[in-house]
Amino acid sequence: MRFRAKIVDGACLNHFTRISNMIAKLAKTCTLRISPDKLNFILCDKLANGGVSMWCELEQENFFNEFQMEGVSAENNEIYLELTSENLSRALKTAQNARALKIKLTNKHFPCLTVSVELLSMSSSSRIVTHDIPIKVIPRKLWKDLQEPVVPDPDVSIYLPVLKTMKSVVEKMKNISNHLVIEANLDGELNLKIETELVCVTTHFKDLGNPPLASESTHQDRNMEHMAEVHIDIRKLLQFLAGQQVNPTKALCMHRICRSGKKTLLFRVETNETSKVSSVLGDETIFL
Amino acid sequence: VLGKAVHSLSRIGDELYLEPLEDGLSLRTVNSSRSAYACFLFAPLFFQQYQAATPGQDLLRCKILMKSFLSVFRSLAMLEKTVEKCCISLNGRSSRLVVQLHCKFGVRKTHNLSFQDCESLQAVFDPASCPHMLRAPARVLGEAVLPFPPALAEVTLGIGRGRRVILRSYHEEEADSTAKAMVSEMCLGEEDFQQLQAQEGVAITFCLKEFRGLLSFAESANLNLSIHFDAPGRPAIFTIKDSLLDGHFVLATLSDTDSHSQDLGSPERHQPVPQLQAHSIPHPDDFANDDIDSYMIAMETTIGNEGSRVLPSISLSPGPQHPESPGLHSEEDEAEPSTVPGTPPPKKFRSLFFGSILAPARSPQGPSPVLAEDSEGEG
Repeated sequence: MRFRAKIVDGACLNHFTRISNMIAKLAKTCTLRISPDKLNFILCDKLANGGVSMWCELEQENFFNEFQMEGVSAENNEIYLELTSENLSRALKTAQNARALKIKLTNKHFPCLTVSVELLSMSSSSRIVTHDIPIKVIPRKLWKDLQEPVVPDPDVSIYLPVLKTMKSVVEKMKNISNHLVIEANLDGELNLKIETELVCVTTHFKDLGNPPLASESTHQDRNMEHMAEVHIDIRKLLQFLAGQQVNPTKALCMHRICRSGKKTLLFRVETNETSKVSSVLGDETIFL
Repeated sequence: VLGKAVHSLSRIGDELYLEPLEDGLSLRTVNSSRSAYACFLFAPLFFQQYQAATPGQDLLRCKILMKSFLSVFRSLAMLEKTVEKCCISLNGRSSRLVVQLHCKFGVRKTHNLSFQDCESLQAVFDPASCPHMLRAPARVLGEAVLPFPPALAEVTLGIGRGRRVILRSYHEEEADSTAKAMVSEMCLGEEDFQQLQAQEGVAITFCLKEFRGLLSFAESANLNLSIHFDAPGRPAIFTIKDSLLDGHFVLATLSDTDSHSQDLGSPERHQPVPQLQAHSIPHPDDFANDDIDSYMIAMETTIGNEGSRVLPSISLSPGPQHPESPGLHSEEDEAEPSTVPGTPPPKKFRSLFFGSILAPARSPQGPSPVLAEDSEGEG
């Protein structure tokens, strides 16, 4: 297993750092998946289904100008590593004005991801900061739990409003209730609703636009205005929104009701085609 | 500046030893495990008026709680904005240290801090005797420690290949391999330093937190910081100096022998120091304490004083002698250092020796000896 990569572009480094900071805010440990053309940060939540709660995908060639990897084996040319997210974000913090950043997989007393930053200093000599982040290699048999969450045939998928606005609305709502109802329809309308015994507050977003649906079959006769709703934990949503430091070019939300009645909500945020973050929130309907 | 110095000292110890000397006002502190010592000496010129003692009276030495003194200087920003003049005076009779802050708009804040008479806190160290040293602007060193998390306790400083100065985070060996900490290393070129006098391969490990205290002061005063060090286990001396003040921080370093072993190989030492084992501070520098204490004790015994003293440099076991100062550490009663004129005043101060007299090496800073001005009021 080998991995070496180098970033020299300041903007790429910045973007990478911001993503790493976002991950660090969301969970203590994360999984890093390295494949020939992508880099993924995967967070697993202790959901009942044990699935992935957040999935972040970076197109490798948009970030690194050198990238070499050799996976576990030829057929499974991927590497899955587990590391403490804060370590990576702290290591990248020193790379703010770096000339170059190199990441490689090493084994110095223990397996680690070595992040090496070359800085410019006042004097002619360059300074090098090296961080050895301890990692744990994840065995192949656990890989199946770490795959990208997909929402096949969502019932409703809709583009989200400006995330900042949405975040401030949700933040205010958090003080009133722990559970938020998200309703969306295929007509570009999204409602965020909280209900308590005393009060019910709804924020309506209109004209949001819907991404084209993949399959037409079951939805052709659907009423465009029919609202699909999901109850979610407001704190989890807020966590996801708070972590979005990167200004997205596209943010959307997909909602799906499985035949079994289980509802899932998938949020996806994309930036410039270079990075994609998906977050899955499960339905937490309370029955009163 | 005074406030910043106090803040810096407060990172080290809990008690501040204030001692007006002929060559300036000395503020010293030492940490609880005696593995770090810090001292700032403010030359008389630093002050508008400076008077070490009223003529005819012996110099006073006092020890006050760091917390109380720090609270006077708590808010540096506020001090800078509002305080026009600050008067500090020691009133021996009432055992009070009076700090008066004359602020804007006629506001005058008076702080009365009670102090304890104490022995003179004097550490022994001789930067000249350290074979290795490096000097750099504080800013460079400040940048060098940036990669390290604020919580990091210890750091290793060494010279690597190509005469590059390396700072690496130091973590104790963990028995369990589950929680490995991230190791960070900063590598600086020789050109960043004004002076580098050390061979490749030498390295010492010291407490970063304590060093940060001096570093932040040096950065704010824009001074150069010198580090004098020796073999691992021997204390490292960090100094800053300018025309008005100088500061010395002496920190213990980890020795190579990674245990509580008592043999330093130091021939002078002829006293085993079992108290250090009993020293129950769960401090990562524990074995560093052993070393510096052994070093200090070794130095003590070389003064050639009345030999058979028990040397409870840390533990407060009441000494067999000197019953009249029950509240104090029972330290040895050694000869006064020559920097303080006069023999122990009637109060029978005890002086704590960290080692041999430093006087020759620590020549008074600042210009010619201060002229005692007219008394400016004893509080």
